[in-house]
Amino acid sequence: MSDLAIFDVNPAARIKSESPLSMSRATVSTLRLPQGAGVVIRERAFLGHLVLRGRVSDSAFVAGVEETLGLSLPLKAGGLSIGGKDEASIQWVSPDEWLIIVASGREFETETRLRACLAGHFAVMNVSGGQTVLELAGPAVREVLMKCTPYDVHPRNFPVGKGVSAVFAKSNAIIRRVADERWELVVRRSFADYLYRWVLDASEEFGVYVAE
Amino acid sequence: MLHIYCPHCEEYREEEEFRPKGEAHIARPKAPEETDDAAWGDYLFFRKNPRGVHHEQWLHAAGCRKFFNVTRHTVSYEILETYKVGQQPTARTTDKGGAK
Ligand SMILES: [Zn+2]
Repeated sequence: MSDLAIFDVNPAARIKSESPLSMSRATVSTLRLPQGAGVVIRERAFLGHLVLRGRVSDSAFVAGVEETLGLSLPLKAGGLSIGGKDEASIQWVSPDEWLIIVASGREFETETRLRACLAGHFAVMNVSGGQTVLELAGPAVREVLMKCTPYDVHPRNFPVGKGVSAVFAKSNAIIRRVADERWELVVRRSFADYLYRWVLDASEEFGVYVAE
Repeated sequence: MLHIYCPHCEEYREEEEFRPKGEAHIARPKAPEETDDAAWGDYLFFRKNPRGVHHEQWLHAAGCRKFFNVTRHTVSYEILETYKVGQQPTARTTDKGGAK
C-alpha cells in the first residue's frame, strides 16, 4: 500500500468530455456504409490508460498485478494480454514498463486496487487524458499499416496478440494486433489529429468507413 | 539504413527508431570533489572519435526508450554487437589512428 494522495481525474460528473479527436474531420472521401470497406476506422475514446512501472525480478509485484487484473503480466517484448474482467489489456512497453487499458471509467478503481495490492518499488500513473485508441478493422488494414510504419507487420512477424511501440507516420504509435483483421493504434493526444487524418488518407484508396 | 538489434526488444529495428548518444563506458569520477579541473573537464567534455571500432550508447527512442550499447565500426558502419548497459563488450577497439 503506497502512502500517496491520489484522486479520480475522471469524476464522471455532467461535464462534457472531448476525446483528442473531437475536432477532427475526415478530409478524404469516406464510404457511407461499412459493407465492402477495406478499412473501418473507429476511435475507442475515453478508455482508462494506466502506465505501470515495476521490477520483473520482484515476484510479489508480478503476482500482485496478475491478481488485480486477472491477466498474465507479459514479461517479453511484444507481449500483450487481453481479456479477463472488463476487456482489460496489459502490454509490455519496456523491460520495466507496461500499458494497462481498462474500460471507460474503471481507471481510478484499477489504480486504487493496484496500489492496495502492490508494495515496494513500483509506480502507477493515470495517462487516460494523454492518449487515445484508434481501431482499424478490415481486409486492407495490413496494407495501410505498411504505408505508415517501417515495422514489419507481416503475419510471420506480427501474430495476433502482439503489440509494439514503433515509428508511425514519422511520429510514434503503439501498434497492437488484437484479431486477424483487427488492429489498434494507441496514439498520443497531441499527435491524434495528425495521425487520424494520416490513416484516413492512407486508407482512402482501399475504401474507408468511419464508424461511431 | 542500419538494422539495429535492440537487446531489450530482442529484435532488429529500423535505424530511424534509434538515437545515437555518444561514447559508452565513461566512468564518473568516484570522488568529484577531489578531482582536479583537468580530469573533471575530460570526464564532462572530451570524447573519443576513433577511426575504427567504437563503443557507443544508443537510445531506442521510438521503442522501449531504453539505453543500450553498440560496438560499431566508424568507417564501415558495421555493427559488431549490441549489449545492455552494465554488460561488457566482447569486441575490442582497434585504435587505427583515431583522435585522442
Ligand atoms: Zn528496444
